[in-house]
Amino acid sequence: MGRFILKRLVFSLPLLLGITFLTFLFIQIAPGDFLDKLRLNPQVSQEAIKIYEQKFHLDKPLMVQYFVWLRNILKGDFGYSFSFKAKVFDVVSSRLFNTFILSLSSLIFTWIFVIPLGVIAALKRNKFTDRFLSFTSYLGISAPSFFLAFIFLYLATFTGWLPLGGMRSIRFEEFSLLGKIIDIGKHLIIPTLVLSIGSICVLQRIMRANLLEVLGSPYILGAKARGLPKIRILYIHALKNALNPMITIFGYQFSALLSGAALVEIIIGWPGLGVVTLEAVRSQDIYLVMGSVLAGGALLILGNLVADILLGFFDPRIRYDKT
Amino acid sequence: MRILKEIINKKSGRIAFFVLILLYFSVIFAPFFAPYPYDDDDVLHSYAPPTKIHFLNLKEKQFGPFIYGQTYEVNEYYQRVYQKDESKIYPIKFFTKGFKYKFLGLWETDRHLFGVGKGKIYLLGADLKGRDIFTRILYGGRISLSIGLIGAAISLFIGLIVGGLSGYFGGRVDNFTMRICEMVMMIPSFYLMLALRASFPPNLSSTQVYLLIIVILSFIGWAATARIIRGMAISLRENEYVYAAKAMGLSHFKIIIRHILPHTLSYALVAIVLRIPAYILGEAGLSLIGLGIQEPEASWGNLLSSAMGIVNIRLFPWILIPGLFIVVTVVCFNMLGDTLRDILDPKRRIL
Repeated sequence: MGRFILKRLVFSLPLLLGITFLTFLFIQIAPGDFLDKLRLNPQVSQEAIKIYEQKFHLDKPLMVQYFVWLRNILKGDFGYSFSFKAKVFDVVSSRLFNTFILSLSSLIFTWIFVIPLGVIAALKRNKFTDRFLSFTSYLGISAPSFFLAFIFLYLATFTGWLPLGGMRSIRFEEFSLLGKIIDIGKHLIIPTLVLSIGSICVLQRIMRANLLEVLGSPYILGAKARGLPKIRILYIHALKNALNPMITIFGYQFSALLSGAALVEIIIGWPGLGVVTLEAVRSQDIYLVMGSVLAGGALLILGNLVADILLGFFDPRIRYDKT
Repeated sequence: MRILKEIINKKSGRIAFFVLILLYFSVIFAPFFAPYPYDDDDVLHSYAPPTKIHFLNLKEKQFGPFIYGQTYEVNEYYQRVYQKDESKIYPIKFFTKGFKYKFLGLWETDRHLFGVGKGKIYLLGADLKGRDIFTRILYGGRISLSIGLIGAAISLFIGLIVGGLSGYFGGRVDNFTMRICEMVMMIPSFYLMLALRASFPPNLSSTQVYLLIIVILSFIGWAATARIIRGMAISLRENEYVYAAKAMGLSHFKIIIRHILPHTLSYALVAIVLRIPAYILGEAGLSLIGLGIQEPEASWGNLLSSAMGIVNIRLFPWILIPGLFIVVTVVCFNMLGDTLRDILDPKRRIL
C-alpha cells in the first residue's frame, strides 16, 4: 500500500506542474502586473520599483520566472503576496484550512444522506417515495449553488437562528474553546447545506441505479433461491457491491466541490481559498494566485488518493501491492 | 422531425420544450414585451417593490387592469417606504406606444405589448437605480440564453474533432490529447475560469466580454465531450465499413467525417442539451462576482449580483427573481436532455 501511495504521488507531480504552468502563463499574458499600482504611486521611487523587479525577476523572460518560482518552492518559499503584504504560505495555509473544513463537512453531510436515500428509493422503486425523491432531486440538481445560497440567507434573515455569513462571530476571541467550535459549527450550517444539496440529489439517484442493477444480478437471485433473509441479502450482499462505484465518484466529487465551494464562499463570506483567489486574480497578485491554485490542486490529488485507498479497502479484487 | 414529435409525446419533454420555446421567444422579442429600455433608470423608484395590478375601483368607476401611482416616505432608518397614491390611476393599455426600437433589428417601431402611459409599472420590482427588473430579465436573457447555446455548440464541435481524431488514430496522439483532457477536467472549473479571465484586461467592452466568456466556457467544456467521443470512435473504427472505406482509399479525414462522427451524433445531441445549463451557470457565476457582463448591460448573473449584500436580500427579495429564471431554464434543459436520451438511447433509462 505504501508503494502505491508513493507511486500515485509521484505521478501526480507532472499534473501539478502542468496546472501551475498553465496558470502562470495565463496570468503573465494579461497586460500589466502587480507593480503597476506602485508605479502609479508618486510616493514610491523608481529605484524601489527597480529593486522589486529584480527581487522577483520580473525583468527576466517568462520561463525563467516560472523556474525561479519552482526553485523557491523547493526551498519552501512560496513567494510574497503584494495585496495581503504577507507570505503567500501564511495567507494560503489558513484559507486552505477553512476551505478544507467546509469541504469536509459538506462531504460528510452529503454521504450521510446519499446512501440511505438511494437505498430507500431503490427499494420503493416507482412507488410514491421514489417518485417524490426523483422529483425533488430534479429541482436540487437544477438549482445552482449560488442561488441556493441566496435563498438560504434570505430565509435565515427571518429566523435569526443562524449567522448570516462569515465564519466567526465578532466576539469570537472571547469564547472558550468549546464556544469557538460551536460558533464555527453554527456558521458552517448554511454553506454546508448549500454545497450538499446538489450532490445529495445527483448521488442519491446514482446510488439507486447501482443498487437496482446489483439487485437484478444472478447472484442475488441465487441468494434469494437459497432462502437467505431479505435483510441479509440487501445489507451484506447487495449494498457492498453497489457502494463500489460510489467510492470512485467520491474522489471526483472533490473537484466539483472545490469549484462549487469557491462561489459559495464568496457569497457567504466564508474566508476560504475561493475568496483569496478571486482577490488575487483581481489585483494580479501573481504569487498568491499560483499559491492558491497549487493548494487547490494538492487538495484535489489528495481527494483522489483517498478515494483510491478507500476503494482498495472495500473491493477485495483490487490489490495495489502487486502492481 | 421524428425526434421532435417524440419529445412532444412525452409529458416532461413537452413541458420543457414549450417553456424553453416561450423563454427564447420572449427574449428574442424582448423590446416588444418590455415596457421600458433596459437602461432606463428612475431615481424616484429605487428598489420599488413589484407593482400591484388592480381590476376594480368603484369610486372612480375604473374597470379592467390598472395601477395606482406610487409615492414614498423615508422612515426612521432612512429607508424608502413606497405607498400607493390612489388619486392617480393609470390603466394598463395593450399594444400601446412606448420607446422606439428596431423590431428584430429590421424596422423601427414603438409598439409594446403593454404600457401604462405616464405611470411606472414594475411587474417584478425595481433595482437600485429604479430600472425595471422584468425588462432587464428579458434583455439579460438574450445574453444568458444565447451563451448557453453558442458555448455548448462550440465545445461540442471541438470535442467532436479532437475526440474523433484521437480515437481514430490512437497511439501517441491519443495518449497526448487524453492527458491534456484529464488536466483540463481535473482543475476545478471555477479556478480555471478565474485564471483564464485573469489573462485578459479587466475593462473590456460588453461585446468583448460576451465573446470572452464564450471562449472561456468552451475551453473548459470541450474536454469531457472529447473523451466520450474518443471512446466511441475507438470502437467505431474497428467496424468493417471503416476498413472498407480505408481499402477504397478514402482519406483519414473523410473517414472520420463521413463514417465515424455521424454515429456519435445522437449522443452528441443529448450531450449538447445536457451541457447547456453548465454554460448558463458559468456565465452567471462570472457575472455574479463582477468578472463577466458589466453594467449597464444586463445578464441573469449580473442582475443577481445586487443580491450580494444580505441587507438587500432581506429588504428587497424581488432582486432574487432572475435566479428563478436561471433555475427554470436549467430544469427545462435537464428535462429535455433526459427525454432526448430516453428516445435516442433506451438502454440508459435506469437513471
